[in-house]
Amino acid sequence: MRFLINGQPVEAEFDLRTSLLDLLRDHLELHGSKKGCNQGACGACTVLVDGERILSCLALAVQCQGRNITTIEGLADDGHLHPLQQAFIEHDGFQCGYCTPGQICSAIGMVSELKRGMPSHVTRDLGSNVVSLNRDEVRERMSGNLCRCGAYNGIVDAISEVYAEAE
Amino acid sequence: MNPFTYARAEHANDALRLAESKDSKFLGGGTNLVDLMRETIERPASLVDVTGLPAAIEDTIQGGVRIGAAARNSAVAESLAIRTRYPVLSRALLAGASGQIRNMATVGGNILQRTRCTYFYDDDGSRCNKRSPGQGCDAIDGLNRMHAILGASASCVATHPSDMCVALAALDAVIHLRSVSGERAVPLTEFHRLPGDTPHIETALRPGELIIAVELPALSFAKHSTYRKVRDRASYSFALVSVAAALDQEKGTIKDVRLALGGVAHKPWRAFKAEEALRGKASAPENFRAAAEAELAEAKPLRDNAFKIELAARTITAVLLELAEEFV
Repeated sequence: MRFLINGQPVEAEFDLRTSLLDLLRDHLELHGSKKGCNQGACGACTVLVDGERILSCLALAVQCQGRNITTIEGLADDGHLHPLQQAFIEHDGFQCGYCTPGQICSAIGMVSELKRGMPSHVTRDLGSNVVSLNRDEVRERMSGNLCRCGAYNGIVDAISEVYAEAE
Repeated sequence: MNPFTYARAEHANDALRLAESKDSKFLGGGTNLVDLMRETIERPASLVDVTGLPAAIEDTIQGGVRIGAAARNSAVAESLAIRTRYPVLSRALLAGASGQIRNMATVGGNILQRTRCTYFYDDDGSRCNKRSPGQGCDAIDGLNRMHAILGASASCVATHPSDMCVALAALDAVIHLRSVSGERAVPLTEFHRLPGDTPHIETALRPGELIIAVELPALSFAKHSTYRKVRDRASYSFALVSVAAALDQEKGTIKDVRLALGGVAHKPWRAFKAEEALRGKASAPENFRAAAEAELAEAKPLRDNAFKIELAARTITAVLLELAEEFV
């Protein structure tokens, strides 16, 4: 079965029961995406599929055939960290680091949702296509990514800074 | 996880043909089914991937909206037609799960998701009539804070976990089903069942039948609708109680109302009694509260969840007050 992973064509053979997460970690040696709960409760396995954030632990790899998959390993550009990776360092957006790859992939997907006007649970006006990136919006939209070290303030700061600069 | 075969369907008839064996399951985003397979609670011999089937969100000639069953939860929540004409549905979807899960989960799969009762999931350690019919229920005398207060039975006190379905119940949504023998339509309020003594039979879906679409009928006052979910944490948590409501009023009198509850029963609970009590009444807090109490009169608490009765009454009252303010 064929995939495009971090821009590279990849062919792999695997048992049909293999999740996308296990394909990445156990077959392709991409250990950045983490297995936290393996049941969709923690977000540590978040990757981007065709630009959309999903949980790789609940996705069967076979369902992702032919798709464009981006993991934390695919974000740095020619040795330079992705701006969000750099911002996580500067804002202490992690302590142990286990949830970080999922947090960063999730944030990238989240920002593209927000930019195209996707509302959230805390958005007041559902009719508007412009959503401001305030702390409440970031916290709500990132609620699927748990951080047991409690680095949430740094995570929100890092995301807010990078998004504000992109504006 | 038990082994299975996999096939991706190109269209609905293709899916029905591929799923002819009785041990087949249709696979949407997998956010519930893959998890249940990993726990060996679901053991399909074959999976038919239906994520490539129609997912369009389209106006109907009757003035409603038809949503293809493969539409992602996030796509429905984001649709401008849904946000402006049926905000209760957009709000319910956005209150459910997380951004990642909403990007994966389909509308058809959301309707068919199974209870999050921890005893249902605990295959090794607990009895469950839903998982193993006739075995008994460890939730009834167990930790049942999250469980049902309405319509439960001596066999099962589980709740339906969907937020989306609570909004669909309030909106009189219709589920379109297809099988090799043809198509039929079932109102959402009649699609999910109360547990009775067969809690393992959860819906009106027949073997081999596929959900192909959900239709929202035209409802002019649905633009005055909302969803409120009360839960243990502010986000990414199942409902203790949730309320979907739409209100139509004129000169302070309630012309019409739709009301449904989540987190309280084995199915999305349409509050017909409360609606009846409200029609024609003054739009006032004491009438909202009285209607809520009428609906909840038959509520039966378990050891840990009596709080849900008062919580549901207060949440219904608060949501109706919020909607009434849109008319001021």
